[in-house]
Amino acid sequence: MLNQLAISELAAKLATREVSAREITQSCLDQIARVDGQIHAFISHDSPDALAQADAADKLLSNGGASLPLLGIPIAVKDVLAVKNQPLNCGSKILGKFISPYDATAIEKLKAAGAIVFGRLNMDEFAMGSSTENSAFGATRNPWDVTRIPGGSSGGSAAAVAAEECIASLGSDTGGSIRQPAALCGCVGLKPTYGRISRYGLVAFASSLDQIGPFTKNVSDAATLLGVLSGVDPRDSTSVPVPVPDYSAALDGKIKGLKLGLPKEYMIGGLDPEVKAAVDAAVKQYEKLGAEIVEISLPHTDYAVATYYIIATAEASANLARFDGIRYGARVDGADPIELYSKTRGSGFGPEVKRRIILGTYVLSSGYYDAYYLRAQKVRTLIRNDFLKAFETVDAIVTPTTPTAAFKIGEKSDDPLQMYLSDIFTISCNLAGICGISLPCGFTKNPKLPIGLQLLGKPFGEEALLKLAHAYEQNIGWHKEKPPLTAGA
Amino acid sequence: MAAAEIDVKYVAHLARVALTPDEEKKLAAQLGGILGYIEKLKKLDVTNVEPTAHAVPLVNVTRADETRPSLPHDDALHNAPKQAGGLFIVPKIVE
Repeated sequence: MLNQLAISELAAKLATREVSAREITQSCLDQIARVDGQIHAFISHDSPDALAQADAADKLLSNGGASLPLLGIPIAVKDVLAVKNQPLNCGSKILGKFISPYDATAIEKLKAAGAIVFGRLNMDEFAMGSSTENSAFGATRNPWDVTRIPGGSSGGSAAAVAAEECIASLGSDTGGSIRQPAALCGCVGLKPTYGRISRYGLVAFASSLDQIGPFTKNVSDAATLLGVLSGVDPRDSTSVPVPVPDYSAALDGKIKGLKLGLPKEYMIGGLDPEVKAAVDAAVKQYEKLGAEIVEISLPHTDYAVATYYIIATAEASANLARFDGIRYGARVDGADPIELYSKTRGSGFGPEVKRRIILGTYVLSSGYYDAYYLRAQKVRTLIRNDFLKAFETVDAIVTPTTPTAAFKIGEKSDDPLQMYLSDIFTISCNLAGICGISLPCGFTKNPKLPIGLQLLGKPFGEEALLKLAHAYEQNIGWHKEKPPLTAGA
Repeated sequence: MAAAEIDVKYVAHLARVALTPDEEKKLAAQLGGILGYIEKLKKLDVTNVEPTAHAVPLVNVTRADETRPSLPHDDALHNAPKQAGGLFIVPKIVE
Protein backbone atom coordinates (compact mmCIF):
# COMPACT_ATOMS: atom_id res chain seq x y z
CA MET A 1 0.00 0.00 0.00
CA LEU A 2 1.53 3.26 -1.16
CA ASN A 3 0.11 5.28 1.73
CA GLN A 4 2.35 3.26 4.08
CA LEU A 5 5.56 4.49 2.49
CA ALA A 6 7.76 7.47 3.40
CA ILE A 7 8.67 10.43 1.18
CA SER A 8 12.13 9.03 0.42
CA GLU A 9 10.67 5.70 -0.80
CA LEU A 10 7.89 7.30 -2.84
CA ALA A 11 10.18 9.87 -4.47
CA ALA A 12 12.32 7.03 -5.87
CA LYS A 13 9.26 5.19 -7.21
CA LEU A 14 7.83 8.38 -8.73
CA ALA A 15 11.12 9.24 -10.41
CA THR A 16 11.21 5.89 -12.23
CA ARG A 17 7.47 6.16 -13.01
CA GLU A 18 6.92 2.89 -11.14
CA VAL A 19 3.98 4.60 -9.42
CA SER A 20 1.95 7.71 -10.17
CA ALA A 21 1.06 10.62 -7.92
CA ARG A 22 -2.59 9.73 -8.56
CA GLU A 23 -2.07 6.21 -7.20
CA ILE A 24 -0.35 7.54 -4.08
CA THR A 25 -3.06 10.15 -3.51
CA GLN A 26 -5.82 7.62 -4.10
CA SER A 27 -4.26 5.24 -1.56
CA CYS A 28 -4.30 8.03 1.05
CA LEU A 29 -7.92 8.89 0.23
CA ASP A 30 -8.85 5.19 0.48
CA GLN A 31 -7.18 4.97 3.88
CA ILE A 32 -9.11 8.05 5.04
CA ALA A 33 -12.35 6.41 3.89
CA ARG A 34 -11.37 3.22 5.74
CA VAL A 35 -10.13 4.54 9.11
CA ASP A 36 -10.98 8.20 9.60
CA GLY A 37 -14.46 7.38 10.89
CA GLN A 38 -12.66 5.94 13.94
CA ILE A 39 -9.83 8.49 14.16
CA HIS A 40 -11.40 11.77 13.02
CA ALA A 41 -8.04 13.31 12.12
CA PHE A 42 -9.59 15.31 9.27
CA ILE A 43 -12.18 18.06 9.68
CA SER A 44 -12.64 18.00 5.92
CA HIS A 45 -10.83 17.10 2.73
CA ASP A 46 -11.46 17.78 -0.95
CA SER A 47 -10.77 14.53 -2.84
CA PRO A 48 -11.38 15.86 -6.38
CA ASP A 49 -8.99 18.76 -5.74
CA ALA A 50 -6.31 16.42 -4.34
CA LEU A 51 -6.61 14.14 -7.37
CA ALA A 52 -6.48 17.12 -9.74
CA GLN A 53 -3.21 18.22 -8.05
CA ALA A 54 -1.95 14.63 -8.41
CA ASP A 55 -2.74 14.63 -12.14
CA ALA A 56 -0.85 17.90 -12.53
CA ALA A 57 2.13 16.33 -10.72
CA ASP A 58 1.99 13.26 -12.99
CA LYS A 59 2.00 15.54 -16.02
CA LEU A 60 5.12 17.29 -14.72
CA LEU A 61 6.75 13.92 -14.04
CA SER A 62 6.06 12.62 -17.54
CA ASN A 63 7.53 15.83 -18.95
CA GLY A 64 10.76 15.05 -17.15
CA GLY A 65 10.46 17.77 -14.53
CA ALA A 66 11.01 15.44 -11.60
CA SER A 67 13.65 17.41 -9.71
CA LEU A 68 11.19 18.93 -7.23
CA PRO A 69 11.75 17.43 -3.75
CA LEU A 70 8.07 16.77 -2.96
CA LEU A 71 6.61 16.27 -6.42
CA GLY A 72 3.54 14.04 -6.15
CA ILE A 73 3.67 13.64 -2.33
CA PRO A 74 0.31 14.17 -0.51
CA ILE A 75 0.78 16.36 2.56
CA ALA A 76 -2.10 17.29 4.84
CA VAL A 77 -2.36 20.53 6.82
CA LYS A 78 -3.42 21.54 10.32
CA ASP A 79 -6.53 23.73 10.27
CA VAL A 80 -4.49 26.75 11.41
CA LEU A 81 -2.64 27.43 8.13
CA ALA A 82 -4.13 29.37 5.24
CA VAL A 83 -4.47 27.42 1.99
CA LYS A 84 -5.97 29.51 -0.80
CA ASN A 85 -9.64 28.72 -1.55
CA GLN A 86 -9.84 26.15 1.25
CA PRO A 87 -11.75 26.51 4.53
CA LEU A 88 -9.87 27.65 7.64
CA ASN A 89 -11.50 27.27 11.04
CA CYS A 90 -8.75 26.73 13.65
CA GLY A 91 -10.99 24.08 15.16
CA SER A 92 -13.42 26.86 16.15
CA LYS A 93 -17.00 27.91 15.42
CA ILE A 94 -16.08 31.59 15.33
CA LEU A 95 -14.60 31.58 11.83
CA GLY A 96 -17.90 30.40 10.35
CA LYS A 97 -17.55 29.61 6.67
CA PHE A 98 -14.17 31.31 6.27
CA ILE A 99 -12.33 30.57 3.02
CA SER A 100 -8.64 31.58 2.86
CA PRO A 101 -7.96 34.29 0.30
CA TYR A 102 -4.24 33.47 0.09
CA ASP A 103 -1.60 30.81 0.79
CA ALA A 104 0.60 30.84 3.89
CA THR A 105 4.30 31.06 2.98
CA ALA A 106 4.81 27.47 4.22
CA ILE A 107 2.01 26.34 1.89
CA GLU A 108 3.45 28.30 -1.03
CA LYS A 109 6.76 26.54 -0.44
CA LEU A 110 5.13 23.08 -0.28
CA LYS A 111 3.30 23.77 -3.54
CA ALA A 112 6.44 25.12 -5.21
CA ALA A 113 8.22 21.89 -4.17
CA GLY A 114 5.51 19.87 -5.96
CA ALA A 115 3.52 18.60 -2.96
CA ILE A 116 -0.17 17.74 -3.14
CA VAL A 117 -1.52 19.95 -0.34
CA PHE A 118 -4.84 18.60 0.91
CA GLY A 119 -7.18 18.31 3.89
CA ARG A 120 -7.89 20.26 7.04
CA LEU A 121 -6.52 18.45 10.10
CA ASN A 122 -8.29 18.64 13.43
CA MET A 123 -6.79 20.56 16.36
CA ASP A 124 -7.58 22.05 19.73
CA GLU A 125 -9.43 25.31 19.11
CA PHE A 126 -6.88 28.01 18.19
CA ALA A 127 -4.14 25.50 19.12
CA MET A 128 -5.06 25.78 22.81
CA GLY A 129 -4.86 22.36 24.34
CA SER A 130 -2.88 19.16 24.68
CA SER A 131 -5.44 16.54 23.66
CA THR A 132 -7.43 17.73 20.59
CA GLU A 133 -10.55 17.43 22.74
CA ASN A 134 -11.10 21.22 22.52
CA SER A 135 -12.21 21.20 18.89
CA ALA A 136 -15.61 22.51 17.83
CA PHE A 137 -15.56 19.66 15.29
CA GLY A 138 -15.26 16.86 17.86
CA ALA A 139 -12.27 15.05 19.35
CA THR A 140 -9.57 13.19 17.40
CA ARG A 141 -8.65 9.70 18.62
CA ASN A 142 -5.28 8.02 18.98
CA PRO A 143 -4.69 5.42 16.23
CA TRP A 144 -2.96 3.12 18.76
CA ASP A 145 -6.02 3.09 21.03
CA VAL A 146 -9.16 4.96 19.98
CA THR A 147 -10.27 5.40 23.61
CA ARG A 148 -7.23 7.67 24.12
CA ILE A 149 -6.27 11.18 23.08
CA PRO A 150 -3.75 11.71 20.27
CA GLY A 151 -2.16 14.65 22.07
CA GLY A 152 -2.50 18.22 20.97
CA SER A 153 -2.90 20.74 19.81
CA SER A 154 -1.84 19.25 16.45
CA GLY A 155 -3.58 15.95 17.26
CA GLY A 156 -5.07 15.59 13.78
CA SER A 157 -1.65 16.09 12.14
CA ALA A 158 -0.05 13.37 14.31
CA ALA A 159 -2.95 10.90 14.06
CA ALA A 160 -3.21 11.28 10.26
CA VAL A 161 0.48 10.41 9.79
CA ALA A 162 0.36 7.54 12.32
CA ALA A 163 -2.80 6.12 10.70
CA GLU A 164 -1.16 6.47 7.25
CA GLU A 165 -3.90 8.77 5.91
CA CYS A 166 -1.26 11.07 4.42
CA ILE A 167 2.49 10.80 3.80
CA ALA A 168 3.40 13.74 6.03
CA SER A 169 1.62 16.71 7.58
CA LEU A 170 2.17 20.20 8.93
CA GLY A 171 1.39 21.38 12.42
CA SER A 172 2.27 24.26 14.71
CA ASP A 173 4.02 24.22 18.08
CA THR A 174 3.58 26.93 20.73
CA GLY A 175 4.35 24.90 23.86
CA GLY A 176 4.74 21.37 22.53
CA SER A 177 1.86 21.09 20.07
CA ILE A 178 3.98 19.24 17.49
CA ARG A 179 6.31 17.21 19.72
CA GLN A 180 3.73 16.04 22.28
CA PRO A 181 1.20 14.56 19.78
CA ALA A 182 4.08 13.10 17.71
CA ALA A 183 5.27 11.31 20.87
CA LEU A 184 1.81 10.03 21.79
CA CYS A 185 1.03 8.82 18.23
CA GLY A 186 4.49 7.38 17.50
CA CYS A 187 5.69 9.59 14.67
CA VAL A 188 8.46 12.14 14.19
CA GLY A 189 7.58 15.76 15.01
CA LEU A 190 9.97 18.68 14.59
CA LYS A 191 9.67 22.16 16.10
CA PRO A 192 12.25 24.32 14.38
CA THR A 193 14.05 27.27 15.97
CA TYR A 194 11.90 30.39 16.34
CA GLY A 195 12.28 32.33 13.09
CA ARG A 196 13.41 29.35 10.98
CA ILE A 197 10.05 29.03 9.11
CA SER A 198 7.90 32.01 8.16
CA ARG A 199 4.68 32.34 10.16
CA TYR A 200 2.92 34.32 7.43
CA GLY A 201 -0.51 32.71 6.98
CA LEU A 202 -0.34 30.85 10.30
CA VAL A 203 -3.21 32.04 12.52
CA ALA A 204 -1.40 33.52 15.52
CA PHE A 205 -1.86 32.08 19.03
CA ALA A 206 1.23 33.37 20.87
CA SER A 207 3.37 35.20 18.34
CA SER A 208 6.66 35.03 20.23
CA LEU A 209 6.35 31.23 20.70
CA ASP A 210 4.56 29.84 17.60
CA GLN A 211 6.48 27.86 14.98
CA ILE A 212 5.31 25.70 12.07
CA GLY A 213 6.84 22.24 11.69
CA PRO A 214 6.47 18.84 10.02
CA PHE A 215 5.08 15.47 11.15
CA THR A 216 6.71 12.57 9.31
CA LYS A 217 7.17 8.82 9.40
CA ASN A 218 10.93 9.07 9.80
CA VAL A 219 13.74 11.55 10.45
CA SER A 220 14.91 11.68 6.84
CA ASP A 221 11.49 12.96 5.74
CA ALA A 222 11.60 15.61 8.50
CA ALA A 223 14.94 16.83 7.10
CA THR A 224 13.48 17.00 3.58
CA LEU A 225 10.47 19.01 4.71
CA LEU A 226 12.51 21.35 6.92
CA GLY A 227 14.71 22.17 3.92
CA VAL A 228 11.63 23.03 1.84
CA LEU A 229 9.88 25.09 4.54
CA SER A 230 12.81 27.10 5.95
CA GLY A 231 14.05 30.54 5.04
CA VAL A 232 13.58 34.24 5.64
CA ASP A 233 10.35 35.82 4.38
CA PRO A 234 9.77 39.56 3.94
CA ARG A 235 6.15 38.98 5.02
CA ASP A 236 7.22 37.77 8.49
CA SER A 237 9.53 40.26 10.17
CA THR A 238 10.44 37.66 12.82
CA SER A 239 11.78 35.15 10.29
CA VAL A 240 15.55 35.09 10.59
CA PRO A 241 18.00 35.47 7.68
CA VAL A 242 20.13 32.44 8.53
CA PRO A 243 21.17 30.37 5.47
CA VAL A 244 19.28 27.10 4.95
CA PRO A 245 21.73 24.17 4.91
CA ASP A 246 21.19 20.80 3.22
CA TYR A 247 19.60 19.07 6.21
CA SER A 248 19.51 15.68 4.48
CA ALA A 249 23.29 15.80 4.04
CA ALA A 250 23.65 15.93 7.84
CA LEU A 251 22.13 12.44 8.21
CA ASP A 252 25.43 10.57 8.01
CA GLY A 253 25.27 8.60 11.25
CA LYS A 254 28.46 10.20 12.51
CA ILE A 255 27.60 11.04 16.10
CA LYS A 256 30.78 9.81 17.71
CA GLY A 257 32.05 12.41 20.15
CA LEU A 258 28.85 14.49 20.15
CA LYS A 259 27.85 15.50 23.64
CA LEU A 260 24.31 14.89 24.89
CA GLY A 261 23.09 16.66 28.01
CA LEU A 262 20.81 14.92 30.47
CA PRO A 263 19.01 17.55 32.60
CA LYS A 264 18.64 16.31 36.15
CA GLU A 265 15.52 18.45 36.65
CA TYR A 266 13.58 16.39 34.09
CA MET A 267 13.62 13.17 36.10
CA ILE A 268 10.69 14.36 38.19
CA GLY A 269 7.98 12.71 40.21
CA GLY A 270 5.04 12.00 37.93
CA LEU A 271 7.33 10.60 35.25
CA ASP A 272 5.88 7.22 34.33
CA PRO A 273 8.33 4.35 35.07
CA GLU A 274 7.90 2.84 31.60
CA VAL A 275 8.61 6.22 29.97
CA LYS A 276 11.67 6.65 32.18
CA ALA A 277 12.92 3.15 31.30
CA ALA A 278 12.50 3.79 27.56
CA VAL A 279 14.38 7.10 27.75
CA ASP A 280 17.14 5.55 29.89
CA ALA A 281 17.52 2.79 27.28
CA ALA A 282 17.72 5.38 24.48
CA VAL A 283 20.45 7.24 26.37
CA LYS A 284 22.38 3.97 26.75
CA GLN A 285 21.96 3.38 23.02
CA TYR A 286 23.43 6.81 22.29
CA GLU A 287 26.41 5.95 24.47
CA LYS A 288 26.86 2.73 22.48
CA LEU A 289 26.78 4.73 19.27
CA GLY A 290 29.64 6.85 20.51
CA ALA A 291 27.91 9.91 21.94
CA GLU A 292 29.08 11.25 25.26
CA ILE A 293 26.43 11.69 27.96
CA VAL A 294 26.85 14.60 30.35
CA GLU A 295 24.59 15.45 33.27
CA ILE A 296 23.49 19.07 33.05
CA SER A 297 21.28 21.40 35.05
CA LEU A 298 18.44 23.62 33.82
CA PRO A 299 17.68 25.15 37.22
CA HIS A 300 14.60 27.16 36.20
CA THR A 301 12.71 24.22 34.69
CA ASP A 302 10.16 24.21 37.49
CA TYR A 303 9.05 27.75 36.53
CA ALA A 304 8.47 27.06 32.82
CA VAL A 305 4.79 26.10 32.91
CA ALA A 306 3.83 29.14 35.01
CA THR A 307 5.88 31.46 32.79
CA TYR A 308 4.35 29.97 29.66
CA TYR A 309 0.75 30.34 30.82
CA ILE A 310 1.29 34.04 31.48
CA ILE A 311 3.13 34.86 28.24
CA ALA A 312 1.07 32.62 25.94
CA THR A 313 -2.30 33.74 27.29
CA ALA A 314 -1.28 37.42 27.26
CA GLU A 315 -0.25 37.20 23.61
CA ALA A 316 -3.35 35.15 22.77
CA SER A 317 -5.68 37.70 24.35
CA ALA A 318 -4.23 40.35 22.02
CA ASN A 319 -4.05 38.13 18.91
CA LEU A 320 -7.59 36.84 19.26
CA ALA A 321 -9.03 40.35 19.53
CA ARG A 322 -9.33 40.26 15.73
CA PHE A 323 -12.15 37.70 15.94
CA ASP A 324 -14.86 40.26 16.55
CA GLY A 325 -17.54 39.44 13.97
CA ILE A 326 -16.85 42.49 11.81
CA ARG A 327 -14.59 41.56 8.91
CA TYR A 328 -14.93 37.79 8.74
CA GLY A 329 -16.40 34.77 10.44
CA ALA A 330 -19.63 34.31 12.32
CA ARG A 331 -21.47 37.31 13.78
CA VAL A 332 -24.08 37.59 16.53
CA ASP A 333 -25.83 40.95 16.23
CA GLY A 334 -26.02 43.42 19.11
CA ALA A 335 -27.52 46.83 19.74
CA ASP A 336 -24.10 48.49 19.54
CA PRO A 337 -20.62 47.37 18.46
CA ILE A 338 -19.53 46.36 21.99
CA GLU A 339 -22.56 44.13 22.44
CA LEU A 340 -21.94 42.65 18.97
CA TYR A 341 -18.30 41.86 19.86
CA SER A 342 -19.16 40.33 23.23
CA LYS A 343 -22.03 38.20 21.95
CA THR A 344 -20.09 37.06 18.89
CA ARG A 345 -17.06 36.08 20.97
CA GLY A 346 -19.14 34.63 23.82
CA SER A 347 -20.93 32.24 21.47
CA GLY A 348 -18.08 31.65 19.00
CA PHE A 349 -15.23 30.69 21.34
CA GLY A 350 -15.12 27.41 23.28
CA PRO A 351 -14.39 27.11 27.04
CA GLU A 352 -10.59 26.71 26.85
CA VAL A 353 -10.19 29.70 24.53
CA LYS A 354 -12.38 31.85 26.79
CA ARG A 355 -10.38 30.71 29.82
CA ARG A 356 -7.10 31.74 28.20
CA ILE A 357 -8.40 35.04 26.83
CA ILE A 358 -9.69 35.99 30.29
CA LEU A 359 -6.43 34.94 31.96
CA GLY A 360 -4.38 36.79 29.34
CA THR A 361 -6.50 39.91 29.65
CA TYR A 362 -6.15 39.77 33.43
CA VAL A 363 -2.34 39.44 33.48
CA LEU A 364 -2.06 42.41 31.11
CA SER A 365 -4.64 44.57 32.90
CA SER A 366 -3.82 47.76 34.72
CA GLY A 367 -2.12 47.11 38.05
CA TYR A 368 -1.15 43.51 37.26
CA TYR A 369 1.14 43.94 34.25
CA ASP A 370 4.38 44.25 36.23
CA ALA A 371 3.49 41.52 38.70
CA TYR A 372 2.60 38.94 36.05
CA TYR A 373 3.58 39.71 32.47
CA LEU A 374 6.80 41.65 33.02
CA ARG A 375 7.96 39.21 35.69
CA ALA A 376 7.22 36.26 33.39
CA GLN A 377 9.27 37.85 30.62
CA LYS A 378 12.18 38.18 33.05
CA VAL A 379 11.87 34.55 34.11
CA ARG A 380 11.82 33.72 30.41
CA THR A 381 15.28 35.28 30.20
CA LEU A 382 16.47 33.03 33.05
CA ILE A 383 15.05 29.95 31.30
CA ARG A 384 16.69 30.90 28.01
CA ASN A 385 20.01 31.54 29.76
CA ASP A 386 19.85 28.06 31.34
CA PHE A 387 19.76 26.55 27.85
CA LEU A 388 22.42 28.81 26.35
CA LYS A 389 24.72 27.94 29.24
CA ALA A 390 24.08 24.21 28.78
CA PHE A 391 24.79 24.47 25.06
CA GLU A 392 28.26 25.80 25.88
CA THR A 393 29.14 22.24 26.90
CA VAL A 394 26.68 19.96 25.03
CA ASP A 395 25.53 19.62 21.41
CA ALA A 396 21.97 18.63 22.29
CA ILE A 397 19.81 17.82 25.30
CA VAL A 398 17.88 14.58 25.69
CA THR A 399 14.61 14.25 27.67
CA PRO A 400 11.30 12.42 27.60
CA THR A 401 8.80 14.27 25.36
CA THR A 402 5.92 13.67 27.78
CA PRO A 403 5.68 12.41 31.39
CA THR A 404 3.23 9.63 30.41
CA ALA A 405 1.92 7.86 27.32
CA ALA A 406 -1.47 8.89 25.85
CA PHE A 407 -4.18 9.34 28.47
CA LYS A 408 -7.87 8.50 28.15
CA ILE A 409 -10.32 10.81 26.43
CA GLY A 410 -12.01 12.91 29.14
CA GLU A 411 -9.43 12.07 31.80
CA LYS A 412 -8.07 15.61 32.19
CA SER A 413 -10.68 17.72 30.43
CA ASP A 414 -12.19 19.10 33.65
CA ASP A 415 -8.87 20.05 35.21
CA PRO A 416 -7.05 22.66 33.11
CA LEU A 417 -4.02 22.83 35.40
CA GLN A 418 -3.39 19.06 35.18
CA MET A 419 -3.73 19.32 31.40
CA TYR A 420 -1.19 22.18 31.34
CA LEU A 421 1.28 20.14 33.39
CA SER A 422 1.32 17.41 30.71
CA ASP A 423 3.41 19.87 28.63
CA ILE A 424 6.10 20.21 31.29
CA PHE A 425 8.97 18.85 29.12
CA THR A 426 8.12 20.66 25.88
CA ILE A 427 7.29 24.20 27.01
CA SER A 428 10.81 25.46 27.86
CA CYS A 429 11.95 24.95 24.25
CA ASN A 430 9.44 27.54 22.98
CA LEU A 431 10.27 30.02 25.75
CA ALA A 432 13.97 29.69 24.90
CA GLY A 433 13.26 29.82 21.15
CA ILE A 434 15.45 26.77 20.45
CA CYS A 435 14.66 23.73 18.26
CA GLY A 436 13.31 20.36 19.35
CA ILE A 437 12.30 17.03 17.88
CA SER A 438 10.31 14.07 19.18
CA LEU A 439 10.88 10.57 17.83
CA PRO A 440 9.66 7.12 18.89
CA CYS A 441 11.78 5.41 21.56
CA GLY A 442 9.64 2.45 22.58
CA PHE A 443 6.21 1.43 23.80
CA THR A 444 4.37 0.84 27.03
CA LYS A 445 3.48 -2.84 27.51
CA ASN A 446 -0.20 -3.04 28.23
CA PRO A 447 -1.79 -1.35 26.42
CA LYS A 448 0.86 -0.85 23.74
CA LEU A 449 1.27 2.91 23.39
CA PRO A 450 4.12 4.90 21.84
CA ILE A 451 6.73 6.70 23.96
CA GLY A 452 8.57 9.76 22.63
CA LEU A 453 12.19 10.81 23.04
CA GLN A 454 12.81 14.55 22.86
CA LEU A 455 16.07 16.06 21.63
CA LEU A 456 16.57 19.81 22.09
CA GLY A 457 19.12 21.71 20.02
CA LYS A 458 20.88 25.04 19.83
CA PRO A 459 19.23 27.97 18.05
CA PHE A 460 19.44 27.04 14.34
CA GLY A 461 21.08 23.76 15.36
CA GLU A 462 18.61 21.58 13.42
CA GLU A 463 21.41 19.78 11.55
CA ALA A 464 22.92 18.31 14.74
CA LEU A 465 19.44 17.51 16.04
CA LEU A 466 18.43 15.62 12.89
CA LYS A 467 21.78 13.85 12.73
CA LEU A 468 21.38 12.58 16.28
CA ALA A 469 17.73 11.61 15.78
CA HIS A 470 18.49 9.79 12.53
CA ALA A 471 21.43 7.82 14.00
CA TYR A 472 19.24 6.50 16.83
CA GLU A 473 16.25 5.78 14.59
CA GLN A 474 18.27 3.81 12.03
CA ASN A 475 19.91 1.82 14.78
CA ILE A 476 16.74 0.90 16.65
CA GLY A 477 13.91 1.03 14.12
CA TRP A 478 10.97 1.86 16.40
CA HIS A 479 9.54 3.93 13.55
CA LYS A 480 8.71 0.73 11.67
CA GLU A 481 6.07 -0.26 14.24
CA LYS A 482 2.52 0.49 13.03
CA PRO A 483 -0.76 0.86 14.91
CA PRO A 484 -2.91 -2.31 14.63
CA LEU A 485 -5.68 -0.30 12.98
CA THR A 486 -3.57 0.31 9.87
CA ALA A 487 -2.91 -3.40 9.29
CA GLY A 488 -6.31 -4.58 8.09
CA ALA A 489 -6.16 -3.30 4.50
CA MET B 1 -0.85 39.36 43.29
CA ALA B 2 -4.26 38.91 44.84
CA ALA B 3 -4.86 35.60 43.12
CA ALA B 4 -8.22 34.73 44.60
CA GLU B 5 -9.78 38.10 43.84
CA ILE B 6 -10.05 37.91 40.07
CA ASP B 7 -13.22 39.74 39.04
CA VAL B 8 -14.21 37.55 36.10
CA LYS B 9 -17.15 39.71 35.10
CA TYR B 10 -14.99 42.83 34.83
CA VAL B 11 -12.13 41.09 32.99
CA ALA B 12 -14.60 39.43 30.59
CA HIS B 13 -15.95 42.89 29.82
CA LEU B 14 -12.43 44.14 29.07
CA ALA B 15 -11.94 41.11 26.80
CA ARG B 16 -15.34 41.61 25.11
CA VAL B 17 -16.46 38.06 25.84
CA ALA B 18 -20.06 37.57 27.01
CA LEU B 19 -20.24 34.87 29.70
CA THR B 20 -23.23 33.13 31.24
CA PRO B 21 -23.46 33.24 35.08
CA ASP B 22 -22.46 29.54 35.11
CA GLU B 23 -19.38 30.21 33.01
CA GLU B 24 -18.40 33.09 35.31
CA LYS B 25 -18.63 30.87 38.36
CA LYS B 26 -16.68 28.01 36.80
CA LEU B 27 -13.99 30.31 35.42
CA ALA B 28 -13.53 32.09 38.76
CA ALA B 29 -12.75 28.76 40.43
CA GLN B 30 -10.47 27.48 37.65
CA LEU B 31 -8.59 30.75 37.24
CA GLY B 32 -8.14 30.95 41.01
CA GLY B 33 -6.35 27.59 40.85
CA ILE B 34 -4.21 28.58 37.87
CA LEU B 35 -3.27 31.94 39.39
CA GLY B 36 -2.39 30.17 42.62
CA TYR B 37 0.02 27.96 40.67
CA ILE B 38 1.50 30.97 38.84
CA GLU B 39 2.28 32.58 42.21
CA LYS B 40 5.43 30.46 42.33
CA LEU B 41 7.15 32.98 40.04
CA LYS B 42 7.14 35.39 43.00
CA LYS B 43 9.76 33.23 44.68
CA LEU B 44 12.39 34.06 42.07
CA ASP B 45 14.67 37.04 42.33
CA VAL B 46 14.48 38.86 39.00
CA THR B 47 16.36 42.00 40.04
CA ASN B 48 18.54 43.23 37.17
CA VAL B 49 17.16 40.59 34.76
CA GLU B 50 16.20 41.98 31.36
CA PRO B 51 12.81 40.80 30.04
CA THR B 52 12.78 38.63 26.90
CA ALA B 53 10.06 39.63 24.43
CA HIS B 54 11.38 37.50 21.58
CA ALA B 55 13.89 34.67 21.69
CA VAL B 56 15.69 35.79 18.54
CA PRO B 57 15.66 39.59 18.68
CA LEU B 58 15.84 41.32 15.32
CA VAL B 59 15.77 45.09 15.09
CA ASN B 60 14.72 47.52 12.38
CA VAL B 61 13.24 44.95 10.02
CA THR B 62 11.90 47.16 7.28
CA ARG B 63 11.07 46.94 3.61
CA ALA B 64 11.49 49.47 0.85
CA ASP B 65 8.78 52.14 1.00
CA GLU B 66 7.25 51.26 -2.35
CA THR B 67 3.71 50.54 -3.43
CA ARG B 68 3.02 46.90 -4.29
CA PRO B 69 -0.04 44.79 -4.98
CA SER B 70 -2.26 43.99 -2.01
CA LEU B 71 -5.23 41.70 -1.42
CA PRO B 72 -7.90 42.51 -4.04
CA HIS B 73 -10.91 44.40 -2.63
CA ASP B 74 -13.40 41.61 -3.39
CA ASP B 75 -11.17 38.98 -1.76
CA ALA B 76 -10.88 41.10 1.40
CA LEU B 77 -14.67 41.40 1.64
CA HIS B 78 -15.42 37.84 0.64
CA ASN B 79 -15.59 36.47 4.21
CA ALA B 80 -17.48 39.43 5.74
CA PRO B 81 -20.65 38.51 7.66
CA LYS B 82 -22.34 41.64 6.27
CA GLN B 83 -21.20 43.86 3.43
CA ALA B 84 -22.62 46.25 0.87
CA GLY B 85 -21.22 48.68 -1.66
CA GLY B 86 -17.67 47.48 -1.07
CA LEU B 87 -17.88 48.17 2.69
CA PHE B 88 -18.29 46.20 5.92
CA ILE B 89 -21.71 46.79 7.50
CA VAL B 90 -21.56 47.44 11.28
CA PRO B 91 -24.09 48.61 13.88
CA LYS B 92 -24.60 52.35 14.25
CA ILE B 93 -21.74 53.90 16.23
CA VAL B 94 -22.71 57.62 16.40
CA GLU B 95 -26.17 59.10 16.55
